[in-house]
Amino acid sequence: MNARAESPIIRRTLIAAALVFLAFFIFLPLGIVFINAFGKGLGMYFKSLVDPDALSAMRLTLLTAAVAVPLNLIFGIAASWAIAKFDFWGKNFLVTLIDVPLSVSPVISGLIFVLLFGAQGAFGPWLIDHGIRIIFAPAAIILATIFVTFPMVARELIPVMKAQGTEEEEAAMTLGAGGFKTFWHVTLPNIKWGLLYGVILCNARAMGEFGAVSVVSGHIRGQTNTLPLHIEILYNEYNFTAAFAVASLLAMLALVTLVLKSIIEFKYRAELKASGTTENSP
Amino acid sequence: MIKILKHKSTLPGFNLSLGYTVAYLSLIVLIPLSMLFIKTSSMGWAQFWDVITSPRTLAAYRLTFGASLAAGLVNVVFGFLIAWVLARYHFPGKKIIDAFVDFPFALPTAVTGIALTTLYSQNGWIGKPLYAMGIQSAYSPLGITLALIFIGLPFVVRTIEPVLQDLDGEIEDAAASLGADRRQIFLKVIFPGLIPPLITGFTLAFARAIGEYGSVIFIAGNMPGKTEIAPLLIMTKLEQYDYSGAAAIAAVMLAVSFVLLAFTNFLQWFFSKRIGMN
Repeated sequence: MNARAESPIIRRTLIAAALVFLAFFIFLPLGIVFINAFGKGLGMYFKSLVDPDALSAMRLTLLTAAVAVPLNLIFGIAASWAIAKFDFWGKNFLVTLIDVPLSVSPVISGLIFVLLFGAQGAFGPWLIDHGIRIIFAPAAIILATIFVTFPMVARELIPVMKAQGTEEEEAAMTLGAGGFKTFWHVTLPNIKWGLLYGVILCNARAMGEFGAVSVVSGHIRGQTNTLPLHIEILYNEYNFTAAFAVASLLAMLALVTLVLKSIIEFKYRAELKASGTTENSP
Repeated sequence: MIKILKHKSTLPGFNLSLGYTVAYLSLIVLIPLSMLFIKTSSMGWAQFWDVITSPRTLAAYRLTFGASLAAGLVNVVFGFLIAWVLARYHFPGKKIIDAFVDFPFALPTAVTGIALTTLYSQNGWIGKPLYAMGIQSAYSPLGITLALIFIGLPFVVRTIEPVLQDLDGEIEDAAASLGADRRQIFLKVIFPGLIPPLITGFTLAFARAIGEYGSVIFIAGNMPGKTEIAPLLIMTKLEQYDYSGAAAIAAVMLAVSFVLLAFTNFLQWFFSKRIGMN
């Protein structure tokens, strides 16, 4: 039907224009990372990755994600259970508050923890007296990362749990299942893809966060550097090959995240659809 | 006890889950964020005003908001084009291209920063021809804008794409049967419905851009008063242990972010209400 489609020439021009824009803004930057990473050969590439500072940055990045993601996962489950299964006053306000970290600049996300725990911060003198170090130490890096990735599981779970409704859980309870048993056997299987989706996005951001972590890290080599911070140091030292070698790890993480995300979106759609049919059936 | 639950529910765990949610939210988000306002209010109005209206701060705000605005507008045009092509046409590799629209979300900002700087600097693949034409594409406001285009693109595409996919083709058929040509159908039937998601997408991209740090600082040049963005100025103040100054600049930016957030929420409420009434 002619009304719904442009002429082939216009269509092809529009497709070409879109692809050229994406080539310049997405595929070229991605390509340049790997070209520079492998530019001086595989030997140089692996040498940059097994450098002690790079390895320590990898360890801190993994540790940060290993703490931040599970904490935000537990929060996401609690928040979505309360918000999706119950009707209470101030619910919309709570949902808005949960999303707040997403609209805070990464630098400000780091700054607030400096204001709390820095040498001149609210708890700074007390911490110094007790010999506890938070700022310029892994603790602050983890805290800032938790803040930045705070809503990422919750905001995926809330719509999925809402779509599931409460009938299935109520049925399980009527049949005598306890609260935990109901959650484990009824709710969790229904939300597993949404949950995984949130975890993957949360993990990608936790491992890649730069601004917030940069403010609180102090950039101590071998101690408070995460992978993104290590990239910055290498780049500023004109050690481009090593910087891009480390960057290629994070680029691969981004690619894996995209692939998993696409797979889950496929499954997730089915999950939401399935919940839609149960809702519609009498 | 205050009654918060509106209806009685047979499901358990309300008090526990809500209690945990509010406690964790307060501990991680609300208390730390409130520090910003406590710090700012402790410095006095005159000092606050001095910090946020100093020439260096004003230049940083101008640059941040100007570059974010420019990047947002570019993204509205190209984001719309990409969403249109993905939603309405078929071509080989479309699914992969569609997945890659989210790439700027997934790529850590530091990697974006060094990749774009390498591309657009004087000896870079794109920078070389641009510099030859006398265009300084790195270490300039243009470079900052390029980075902000990269990070903002998915916001616009992902806001418009679902709306385009949900468009009812029958309305277009009806318009055609009444004698409208393709151009008229686009301008008078399709486009008006796309204005709300375009504004929402622009606002989301703009809000993300004003706070962006990692992808920008590598390509920015970071010259005070010239290519220094507001988030970097906060960083600089912190490095000089000027906590109040950093907090003041941050408070202004946070206020702008919240206004933008409220604005997008209002838009969504407003347009969903209007569609509901129709």
